[in-house]
Amino acid sequence: MRWELTSDQQFFRETTARFLEDQVPVATLRALRDDPLGAPPDYWRRGAELGWTSLLVGERLGGGSISDAGLVDLTLVAHEFGRHAAPGPLTTANVAVAALAAAGDAHAAAVAAVVAGESVVSWAYGEPIPHDGFGTVTLEVRDDGDSVVVAGVKRPVEAATQADAFLVTGRSGDGLTQVLVPADAVGVAITPLTTVDLTRRCGTVSFADVRLPASAVVGEMGGAAEQVEHQVRLASVLCAAETTGAMQRAFEMTVEWAFERYSFGRPLASYQALKHRFADMKMWLEASHAASDAAADAVAEGAVDAAARASAAKAYTGDQGSELAHECVQLHGGIGVTFEHDLHLFLRRITLNRSLYGTPADHRQRLAALLIAREEAA
Amino acid sequence: MSAVDETTETAAESVEELGARARAFIRANLRPLGRGGHRDFARSVVPDDEEIASVTRAREIQRMLWDHDLAGVCVPREYGGLGLTPAHQQALNEELAGYEFPYHLQTPTMSPCMAVLLDFGTHEQKLRHVPAILKGEEIWIQFLSEPSGGSDVAGALTTAVRDGDEWILNGSKVWSTGAWWSDWALCLARTNWDVPKHRGLTVFMFPIDQAEIEIQRIEMLNGNKEFCQEFMTDLRVPDTDRIGEVDQGWTVGIGWMFHERMAMAHNEPVITWPPVGGHGIYGAGLLVDAARQAARLDDPLARDLIGRGYTTALVGDPLQRRLGEGIAGGHLSDQAASIGRLYGWEVMKAMLTIPFELAGATGAAWDDDDGALYGTGHAYMVRQAIAIAGGTIEMARNVISERVLGMPREQSFDREVPFRDVPRGPTS
Repeated sequence: MRWELTSDQQFFRETTARFLEDQVPVATLRALRDDPLGAPPDYWRRGAELGWTSLLVGERLGGGSISDAGLVDLTLVAHEFGRHAAPGPLTTANVAVAALAAAGDAHAAAVAAVVAGESVVSWAYGEPIPHDGFGTVTLEVRDDGDSVVVAGVKRPVEAATQADAFLVTGRSGDGLTQVLVPADAVGVAITPLTTVDLTRRCGTVSFADVRLPASAVVGEMGGAAEQVEHQVRLASVLCAAETTGAMQRAFEMTVEWAFERYSFGRPLASYQALKHRFADMKMWLEASHAASDAAADAVAEGAVDAAARASAAKAYTGDQGSELAHECVQLHGGIGVTFEHDLHLFLRRITLNRSLYGTPADHRQRLAALLIAREEAA
Repeated sequence: MSAVDETTETAAESVEELGARARAFIRANLRPLGRGGHRDFARSVVPDDEEIASVTRAREIQRMLWDHDLAGVCVPREYGGLGLTPAHQQALNEELAGYEFPYHLQTPTMSPCMAVLLDFGTHEQKLRHVPAILKGEEIWIQFLSEPSGGSDVAGALTTAVRDGDEWILNGSKVWSTGAWWSDWALCLARTNWDVPKHRGLTVFMFPIDQAEIEIQRIEMLNGNKEFCQEFMTDLRVPDTDRIGEVDQGWTVGIGWMFHERMAMAHNEPVITWPPVGGHGIYGAGLLVDAARQAARLDDPLARDLIGRGYTTALVGDPLQRRLGEGIAGGHLSDQAASIGRLYGWEVMKAMLTIPFELAGATGAAWDDDDGALYGTGHAYMVRQAIAIAGGTIEMARNVISERVLGMPREQSFDREVPFRDVPRGPTS
């Protein structure tokens, strides 16, 4: 998170932070472990009232931002979600509603419901093995006169059992098509998966020749590639910001521990072997803040390096976030690997964000392609 | 602690205007860098005549920057600079991506040397040297490290004894880059052995080309002879060339270290350097050059390495900016510059290691036809120099943990005792 926020942004961030402290303290998170929804009743709707779902939607469709850059504002929420290991489909719902809003008025009613927190639309993008290579899309969207037919399987889909509808990315010949599919449409089957996070849920969603009116298409039939690329960037920025928040909290907990825990008559913080590891962690943490913020700015502005910045932030926070979380566990000793200690809440969140929407290795492949293309053009 | 002129000029040039002016100048006057073969100090032994030619070219470019009002962007106007902001300097840096720039005049001349002069020199000292530096007429060198101690710079044994209006210096300094083609030295010397080590130091400056200074070149493991060791024997320095107060040299030294770390981190507004994410010396583009030369552009493993290096480089610039803003805004201790120094190593480690990995066996045996893979084995083997020079990464980690995170300091046996009583090893 950047050093300087406007007073409006500061107020906005603090409001969310206070709400999360009040509604989902760690005791509540632990109690939600086996809850199918993974969140207290009415939690998401009240969060939506605070602005969690409206920042990537223009004012005409009922959204609006705090600053001029809604994505930057949204990273403040993501940061607090990371710091609190908060429940809720923040990334997937915002990416989905941004795509719906980008399609103009066609899906205005769905947008309004998401913005109000009355419904959740989740982005269904990834596919199961052997089609799980990042960016691989085999799910088929067929044009059939007045209707479209959706056939294929998506996995993992965030908030699969909670979602009222899915923004499904599919293939139509050579092009990509996105379709808004209600969760209760005939032919949709949802199976929960076991997920590393304590409160965020994922599932497998299969579409057995699901037939919908042609109006369910979001954007142009076969013309969604550019929008999908934008969604990858948005998801990368939000995951990076949230992971940075989780890193911040895990690091603070571990620094505090190092001062309070004594071995051989001296605090852990006095051992040079450990101090040097804290120094590395501090570097990873500040670099993650910087990478996330630079990515948010670049994607919000539509800068020429937006794709590279987004992937660098996703790859860097994925790798160094995991590394930092494991170091925090190690420096805590045995207590760090127990369920009783809070550290795993942040390790879980970092691990989930690392794996969804492209792993660090996937984003390195994107970065290599971008750099090679730039150098070939130079 | 900053060499930046904080006063805002009315009707100052905007960042965009400076950028546009820089672009026009660069396109008209500077040579674009070729692809492949970055034959820097790490990869190859540069023959002395080529080295001198590139230093001469660096002086020429600096003079052109001066003549076109692009030198010393963040240096106060009264000393020949433009008195503008780091954002203006950043605009110049970005325009330089892919072009030659006065590489030899940045570290240590602009920083830490000129930055230290700006922070601690008298008005007369600044007037005498800063414009000359900005015109490319004076290249400076640090006489800082000594053979007896690397990281422990305040343990300097080089001695200065007062003799009327002069000081007489004796001792040896080491690891000065390119001393044999430099003009002036900034030197830390001991002026009092009867007080604890930090309270008996004084800083001096003097021209290098004197009979009392003997320069020996040190051959690095890759055959490069850029580093030097100097021996001073009864060198006389006028008291007017003393910087800061007598015995208060560590005050200057702390600023000196700060600027050195900022320079190593590429986060120093008086330094002109293209962005590391770009194409050019140590830019990420060299990874693609190496993969192309190795015919591995389509190899997913090679692309993973390229992606890894590009990630590291791309995160560098925003991190340095964040640290700079955090320090300026009081969110971070100025010691947080060490975070940037540590990260600067991460970037250079990637840039010196990945081309070698891409090279395969050509990294171990090459010839003149190997283009971007030429000398990658040398660069790989000498890479730790970057983790040592300009303050070791171990010192950076000490500073981050102790001065940024507030962890307890390492035990030492040289505080609160006269320097002459500090335990020393059998060789020093």
